[in-house]
Amino acid sequence: MAALKTILYLLVYPGFLFLFVYSTFVEWFDRKVYARLQNRMGPTHTGRAGLLQPIADIVKLMAKEDIVPDKADKKVFTALPVVGLAVVLTAGLLLPVWNIDLAAASPISFPGDLIVLLYLLSLPTLVLFLAGWSSTNAFSIIGGTRVLTMLFGYEVPLFLAVLSPAVLAGSWRMAEIAAFYRAHPLLILPNLIGFGIALIAVQAKLERTPFDIPHAETEIVGGTFTEYSGKKLAFFRLMADVELVVAAGLLATVFLGGFGGSVLPAFVQFVLKTLFVVFLLSVLRAVTGRIRVDQVVSLAWKWLAPLAVLQLLIVILIKGFAL
Amino acid sequence: MKFQIPIGPQHPALKEPISIRLTVEGEVIKDADLRLGYNHRGVEKLAEEKSWIQNIYLCERICGICSHSHATCFVQGAEKLLEIEPPRRGVYLRYLVSELERIHSHLLWLGVAGHEAGFDTFFMYTWRDREVVMDLLEMISGNRVHYAINTLGGVRRDIDETLRGKILEGLAVLKARSEYYFKIGAAEPTFVARLAGVGPLTKQQAMDYCAVGPMARASGIDRDVRKNDPHDFYNEVEFDVATADSCDVLGRTIVRIKELFESYKICEQILQKLPDGPIAVKAPRRAKPGEVVSRYEAPRGENIHYIVANGSDKPERLKVRAPTLANYPATIEILKHGFIADVPLIFAAIDPCICCAERSVELVDARSGEERTLRFSDLRRMANDRARSLSLQRNVAWPL
Repeated sequence: MAALKTILYLLVYPGFLFLFVYSTFVEWFDRKVYARLQNRMGPTHTGRAGLLQPIADIVKLMAKEDIVPDKADKKVFTALPVVGLAVVLTAGLLLPVWNIDLAAASPISFPGDLIVLLYLLSLPTLVLFLAGWSSTNAFSIIGGTRVLTMLFGYEVPLFLAVLSPAVLAGSWRMAEIAAFYRAHPLLILPNLIGFGIALIAVQAKLERTPFDIPHAETEIVGGTFTEYSGKKLAFFRLMADVELVVAAGLLATVFLGGFGGSVLPAFVQFVLKTLFVVFLLSVLRAVTGRIRVDQVVSLAWKWLAPLAVLQLLIVILIKGFAL
Repeated sequence: MKFQIPIGPQHPALKEPISIRLTVEGEVIKDADLRLGYNHRGVEKLAEEKSWIQNIYLCERICGICSHSHATCFVQGAEKLLEIEPPRRGVYLRYLVSELERIHSHLLWLGVAGHEAGFDTFFMYTWRDREVVMDLLEMISGNRVHYAINTLGGVRRDIDETLRGKILEGLAVLKARSEYYFKIGAAEPTFVARLAGVGPLTKQQAMDYCAVGPMARASGIDRDVRKNDPHDFYNEVEFDVATADSCDVLGRTIVRIKELFESYKICEQILQKLPDGPIAVKAPRRAKPGEVVSRYEAPRGENIHYIVANGSDKPERLKVRAPTLANYPATIEILKHGFIADVPLIFAAIDPCICCAERSVELVDARSGEERTLRFSDLRRMANDRARSLSLQRNVAWPL
């Protein structure tokens, strides 16, 4: 029974199948919101209201010719998309979507899973850097270095911002953090600064406007992905979609009280809360232009990091005096 | 580590083929080099084979966006050579289309600038509103791109009272939208952060490199053919030359948005003062021998046509100096101190029309830097020689 449950967990919900279907839906949602904000229609033709468009894109890419550059490191070049997708899918398993009973929560829930999730979310960045570097293309190399430069900017503010709600809840385990905020909904409010910082940092991690610098089309063509095509590019796109779901799920867990209740309410909450986060990210994407890579670093260290420290201070004061 | 990255001849930031070779160290550009000639069409030679009236439509096809600019510039010169004076109503309609074209060109540019800065929402909005002016142009001339409204001695189509009302309505819509864009261009933080201080060109530099149009005006030089050397028409309407003194891409954006407002003003005055009468006079077929220089303020800057007549029904020589060509030297100088991220913006800020500026084939030897102007027969011989030796060296390294 336990084995069946684990297999179900890995393959169906919230494992591979769910993450695949839901991430394509989230991509559709993001594209649709972005398009409507720009006075466009967005996807309309494939499936009802264009719902199947992301899947059609992936199928199409899968069928395309797959080219590996002559001078590229072939093993690394080929392995990276698979590694990247595996990493974000693993991160998706850590989201506490199945914790009906806190004591015997999901198979993978343990004290400190928050740190592991953050670590797993850092890996795709390194995968993208290596992808750019191993392509041996001038545009890819510049894209790759831009990925790393940005990492130095947003990573610390993101960690500080995500850790402050954990400090307030007194746990490193996501299921417990979420349960704490469901028990004390008002304590979500002091974390709002952290939520804003985390939103911006996640936007940078996902390389979406205004942080789409590593693949800035008008400057460096495809950036990191210039040499990728066919299946490998499809894997990278799927990776970005799943990463978006996992990042939105992470923010919903630590800042918005997670997904409580029995199976169905938990599922509904998961969908609503992640879509809310994705909606905020889409709006951010629509109302800004791309900034320069040096501006990202100065934004992160001049504004985000000090604000994140301020957030931590607020949390510590509340914990010291009010609780 | 220094390495070269090629922007073009094919690149997402370029809508037409041109090659900018950048030597970069990390994100900083150390050197820039520009190569033209991917889009040479032999327009000037072709003009010598065509009659005066046919040449209007040829000149219109020099450029897709400022098509009316080239046609008007040619017609202005040709009318002097043919010694005819177009009637006032014809002149008013001709410059009405000129100003509407300027509006459409600047709105297009704003969208492109937004796209180059990664601000696609701005791009979508400006291009949606550009449809308003495109529709007006279609109503006036019957065409969206090549209006073909000019003819020797006037214009080809008249407007009536209903159309006049529609144009005024359209202008009111555009005015309201442009105010919104002015606010975004000057206030949206990420957009301004990308534009301010980028591509600095001081007033002195702009003078030295002979920059024209919005590029010069954004560096504080109030140079505009419509004021400095105008056709009589521009003395009859009131408008200001839009300038800015921030000397950067932000300034070039602001100048263009300000020019939009000046153009709305001119269009409204034209429609108020529109005189009655015929729209064209009959033009003779032959021009007396002579030469003329015609200047015209295109949306991108000063456009110059030099025309020589030899007494036949064809021009002996037509020389076109498009504004983009005049702005290349300054652009190269600016690029040399920028970031890679700023290249599309700096280059887009001159509103480059590459096919406009392609005139003669001049070859620069990549190794010695020696320049040669070649004849077609030489080029053909070189191509044949190269094709013969190609089988021996398959992997010739670019750039050769």
